[in-house]
Amino acid sequence: MTAPSLAAPAPAKGASLIAPDARTRRRNASERRFRLLGLSAVGLGLLALVVLLTSVLGNGLSAFRQTWITVPVTLDAALLDKEGNRNPEEMRQVTTLGYGKLLEAALIAALAEKGIATDALSEKEVTGLLSKEAAADLRTAVLADPSLVGQTLTFRALATSRIDGYFKGRVTRESAARDANVTPAQLDLADRMAAAGLIGTQGNAGFLTRPDASELRPEAAGLGVAILGSAYMMVVVLVLSLPIGVAASIYLEELAPRNRWTDLIEINIANLAAVPSIVYGILALALFINILGLPQSAPLVGGLVLTLMTLPTIIIATRASLKAVPPSIRDAALGVGASKMQAIFHHVLPLAMPGILTGTILGLARALGESAPLLLIGMVAFVRDFPGAPPQGLLDPAAALPVQVYSWTQRADPAFVERASGAIIVLLAFLLAMNALAIILRRRFERRW
Amino acid sequence: MSSRLPFPAVTALLAALCLAAPAAARDNIQIAGSSTVLPYATIVAELFGENFEHPTPVVEGGGSGAGRKKLCEGLGEGTIDIANSSSRIKQSDIDLCNANGVTGVMEVRFGYDGIVFAALRDQPDFAFTPADWYRALGARIVQDGALVENRLRDWAEVNPAFPSQEILAFIPGTKHGTREVFDHNVLLAGCKETGAHDLYAATAEGDEEAKKKAADEACLDLRTDGLSVDIDGDYTETLARVQSNPVGIGVFGLSFYQSNTDRLRVYPMSGVMPSVETIASGDYPVSRPLYFYVKLAHMGVIPGLREYVAFFLSDEVAGPDGPLADYGLVSDPKLAETQALVAAERPMEPLSQ
Repeated sequence: MTAPSLAAPAPAKGASLIAPDARTRRRNASERRFRLLGLSAVGLGLLALVVLLTSVLGNGLSAFRQTWITVPVTLDAALLDKEGNRNPEEMRQVTTLGYGKLLEAALIAALAEKGIATDALSEKEVTGLLSKEAAADLRTAVLADPSLVGQTLTFRALATSRIDGYFKGRVTRESAARDANVTPAQLDLADRMAAAGLIGTQGNAGFLTRPDASELRPEAAGLGVAILGSAYMMVVVLVLSLPIGVAASIYLEELAPRNRWTDLIEINIANLAAVPSIVYGILALALFINILGLPQSAPLVGGLVLTLMTLPTIIIATRASLKAVPPSIRDAALGVGASKMQAIFHHVLPLAMPGILTGTILGLARALGESAPLLLIGMVAFVRDFPGAPPQGLLDPAAALPVQVYSWTQRADPAFVERASGAIIVLLAFLLAMNALAIILRRRFERRW
Repeated sequence: MSSRLPFPAVTALLAALCLAAPAAARDNIQIAGSSTVLPYATIVAELFGENFEHPTPVVEGGGSGAGRKKLCEGLGEGTIDIANSSSRIKQSDIDLCNANGVTGVMEVRFGYDGIVFAALRDQPDFAFTPADWYRALGARIVQDGALVENRLRDWAEVNPAFPSQEILAFIPGTKHGTREVFDHNVLLAGCKETGAHDLYAATAEGDEEAKKKAADEACLDLRTDGLSVDIDGDYTETLARVQSNPVGIGVFGLSFYQSNTDRLRVYPMSGVMPSVETIASGDYPVSRPLYFYVKLAHMGVIPGLREYVAFFLSDEVAGPDGPLADYGLVSDPKLAETQALVAAERPMEPLSQ
């Protein structure tokens, strides 16, 4: 190894300073290639996003509209209230089967009145346009207001998922000819009813407010229980993880001595943030359900799991924002005679708050979209009853938004594809709103020194 | 800027809530188990919640084996009341139940489910027999009186009557209850029919019984060159695989097929087309009973449990014209016997083996 061999080779004799030589051209070309590679990576990412959004929006937007059959229904007192005293307790004895018959008769009468021909169809095919949920809706409405009995009510009944799919373009005459659940003649009837104004597509608030439904009535499936369950869990996560997380970070950052133990804790917190979420599910199953005996499918348990999962994220974010407050603030506070605690709570914490809140909201957003740990604690269940008001309602069974998506994608009826994509849209909207809130908080309140 | 943040107060409040809360009694029925039974159970749960004073039961999936294991975890409100199962309970489950004090489990057979072979609608005709499936998927098949490695790649090689099409099958994974039925009613039957069973038995060691057992097991070995694909997910995954691979033939439940007749066509097995009628009559060979198992100790303790079981088995629900049959359940011809069993709350007898 001698010195001359390390020296750069001298430029060739007579080389121009203006025209690039071969080596410069090679270097420039390799830079261009690298730029192109980076650009195509970004392009690929964007393309994936576009494909995802088009597929989700294309499949799911139609879930926010629903096909309804509007018919006048005469609520016959002789059928619905045999005692005649309008006592809801006694009227409960009439089941949905009784209300179903009433609704079917009303539909046939309405078709006859409008002069819509139903010759080609059996009576069962005609009434087959009505969702099975419609009778339950009618029963709920009557039981809620017994004075309706005896009156004629203009009732908006859900149409079955196949008819709904026809109005949304998912079901065609060709597919209906092959489909065991709908006939082209029923679609013809739906067309005639649409012309007479008896059937039509309207906005579907029920998608956000109704509970889940079974495979026989995908048209009635909604996100109500899932949204409420997710909201309960988020409240539990917020109320638990924010105080615990902030207290832990203040202690570690401001008060704890630097020694081997705090180093160990610090490393462990960083590692916990990277633990796969399913592991927290297994922990929760063992600890909260098997040992503490908390009920399955309860939002409280879900919230506790997600709290464990979110805590490291919040602690890391909080410690970072506490670190970002310059020491001069603390020194000044201590210098005018404030105690350590006064310095922290009066000066450091308020200045770090925007960062803490941003971290918390991002942690919550991650918890909201998390499904893996919830699989293990029985949140992937068919839950139709809304959980009660907190605090007791935190122990009632509930679903959650991401697991609702999961369970809908597993259903056999193709109408659930639309519902699952609709649920994804709702979930994305919530996540987007939370992330936007985090950005706004950061932009408006964050101070840089 | 200087307001004191009440963190300790909030935390104390929540801790108090967590400790005070789990005192309330459970008033909803909890069910878990087979994903094949899940849709039927949700249909009944929905109707039950609608028409009875009791809350709608909470129904979870998770698989037959997992459901039975959960049922046998013990007694009390923290455990489930009913396990859905698409295969019969095993002795190991019963042992676990006994070990945990769960005695008196009622076995309820509520109907039958058909297992169908289906492909996309524009695919050619096939008329399968179990022997065809064994020759297509078995690890070793009989050729010229000897067992050889299965190298057939085309259905026309399996059976000269078939059109020429690449062999590709999507069958349920081993954790599914459906797979047991496929193994037993299709592969094993085909194995015996083609004579492979006898050849396997001839090469096995031991007495008659051991030879038969070895041959039974060898018959279930499938080829591993990718032409037989195990699907561990649900039928929706099988459908997606068939859609992306149109030459593929998938194994589905009858009810799944009935919800998707606009996309799928179904193939006959041994000359019989699967339908509710042919399965009820027993003509269609690939079907299985569906069960749920009820913890008798919870009867009368969990409100509504007794009513739910009776409602599930009633003629208007599980009968041939009920909502379950609409969805593809093959009604049990002996439903009346099961209704009597449920009315008497008779625990199941030891498995006869």
